[in-house]
Amino acid sequence: MERKFGEVVIDLQNISLSFGGVKALTNISFDVRKHEIRAIIGPNGAGKSSMLNVINGVYHPQEGRIVFNGQERREMEPYMAASQGISRTFQNIALFKGMTVLDNIMTGRHMKMNCGLLSHMLHWGRAQKEEIEHRKKVEEVIDFLEIQSIRKTPVGRLPYGLQKRVELARALAAEPELLLLDEPMAGMNVEEKQDMCRFILDVNDQFGTTIVLIEHDMGVVMDISDRVVVLDYGKKIGDGTPDEVKSNPDVIAAYLGTSH
Amino acid sequence: MLYREAGQFKASYQEDSQIFPIRQDRVGFIALLAFFFLIVPMVASQYWLQAILTPVLIFSLAALGLNILTGYAGQLSLGSAAFMAVGAFATYNFMLRIDGMPFLMAILLGGLSAAAVGILFGLPSLRIKGFYLAVATLAAQFFIVWVLVKFPWFSNYSSSGVITAQEINILGYAFNTPESKYLLTLLVVTVLALAAKNMVRSTTGRKWMAVRDMDVAAEVIGIRLMRTKLQAFAVSSFYCGVAGALYAYTYLGTVEPEGFNLTLSFQILFMIIIGGVGSILGSFLGAAFIVLLPVFLNIVLHSFVGAALPPGFGSNLELMIFGGLIIFFLIVEPHGMARLWQIGKEKLRLWPFPH
Repeated sequence: MERKFGEVVIDLQNISLSFGGVKALTNISFDVRKHEIRAIIGPNGAGKSSMLNVINGVYHPQEGRIVFNGQERREMEPYMAASQGISRTFQNIALFKGMTVLDNIMTGRHMKMNCGLLSHMLHWGRAQKEEIEHRKKVEEVIDFLEIQSIRKTPVGRLPYGLQKRVELARALAAEPELLLLDEPMAGMNVEEKQDMCRFILDVNDQFGTTIVLIEHDMGVVMDISDRVVVLDYGKKIGDGTPDEVKSNPDVIAAYLGTSH
Repeated sequence: MLYREAGQFKASYQEDSQIFPIRQDRVGFIALLAFFFLIVPMVASQYWLQAILTPVLIFSLAALGLNILTGYAGQLSLGSAAFMAVGAFATYNFMLRIDGMPFLMAILLGGLSAAAVGILFGLPSLRIKGFYLAVATLAAQFFIVWVLVKFPWFSNYSSSGVITAQEINILGYAFNTPESKYLLTLLVVTVLALAAKNMVRSTTGRKWMAVRDMDVAAEVIGIRLMRTKLQAFAVSSFYCGVAGALYAYTYLGTVEPEGFNLTLSFQILFMIIIGGVGSILGSFLGAAFIVLLPVFLNIVLHSFVGAALPPGFGSNLELMIFGGLIIFFLIVEPHGMARLWQIGKEKLRLWPFPH
């Protein structure tokens, strides 16, 4: 199937990030184009999660430019990234444990809700209308991810695979333009991985969401991603389609080791 | 067998998101309100109204305030009594210094003053969490009481720092009997409790809980931590402030700054621990428990053991039982009596069947 990509959504240019003396990322550049599934791979400690944290504003790179939707941004806080349409999931599930699935997903939509404290106190008229309106949208996400039966369950009681799915639901509820997934399939069995792959492809296909994902399962990465960035020790060692990356000697060396 | 939701279908999201989704609960709640609004003032003795029911309501409101901050927004605080003091003294001064100030307006302004002070002392929460924050809020506890003692202007230069609450007069009706004061307190507490319930089931409350459960994730989905935490501090202090004003006006009549000491703050904290952290109902259960326990123990001790006990034994026993219960709840049921109530209801829904 021929896939069409639009213009560049986010362009990262010469990003360098260090914590004290430790260089997490060195001079990394790559771009993500609209409607694309872009994978970031690399051995442990290669800087993949740091890269995501740079994109959504948790870390501030010391050097480099980030151009998002044609606008350069420097010091950006996570909430600003969220308000511009960047959502993410976490490597270690970061759900709100004391809340139900429904409340978790509703929280993911809060950026779209405008009522203030006083109208919430009354919970009448506008606030109630808004709540119901957004509940409808949230129910669409719930249907999409097939988690109807657990919507009133506190997330702490759910098995791991479902928690991962709820986290995806929370990210989707914000109707993001760019979705960052940090190891969405870590710790899942084959069936759960297949489900998750299907959801990621469906999100990309139906909502046109651009996706950046980190994943260790090479089979999955090579199957679903359009282009792959390979990091090793904070440096970019490969970039291209899965086939190009697979035959890149540096990548093979990083993953399989090489004889000197 | 009567407590079943069979046959009650939710056809709209509005019906699904009611405070009491089960019809029996709704009926029960309305009956409870009717009982406390209509029956109690007629049948209860003056002693019960004045010395038990009114303080239970006021402490419930203060516990509710702390529960919003600690139970919902996850910010530990030991300054609740100080915020009550701000509410009480601010209301007093608004009544005193502005001619023709309506009482409810003065209480509202008193609550807002407490909210402003609460925001100020909530600022440390932006950098520190947990026990360290609790210690930082101790500063509020000591500083506010000190200010109220140090500057006699706040107590209108009364020699001992004691303020005497002015008469409550709303639209020409004087609230000077225990019944009327009880009803006024009940009304304010009911309205604010419903408002609190509405807040915690809407976006405001979800943001608080998100900050409580996982602040990094909350930030990444676009919640502004600073704003959310300070909002929780403001709302919490508003509730405590109104509780403080009622404490002065409908319960004690005269208060002094030292009355709002650390012991009171701790008592409010115990109320939410025993009643249920993160539960509106728990605030009421905890306050009722802590106010009623001494009364109950007193009656039991006197009727069974009589005068055989050495003096002071009763109050020591009370402290021992308090301590024991707090340890019990922390170990066995960290979500308190509200959680026990909820478990009981879930069991009742199925009873007499096991599943």
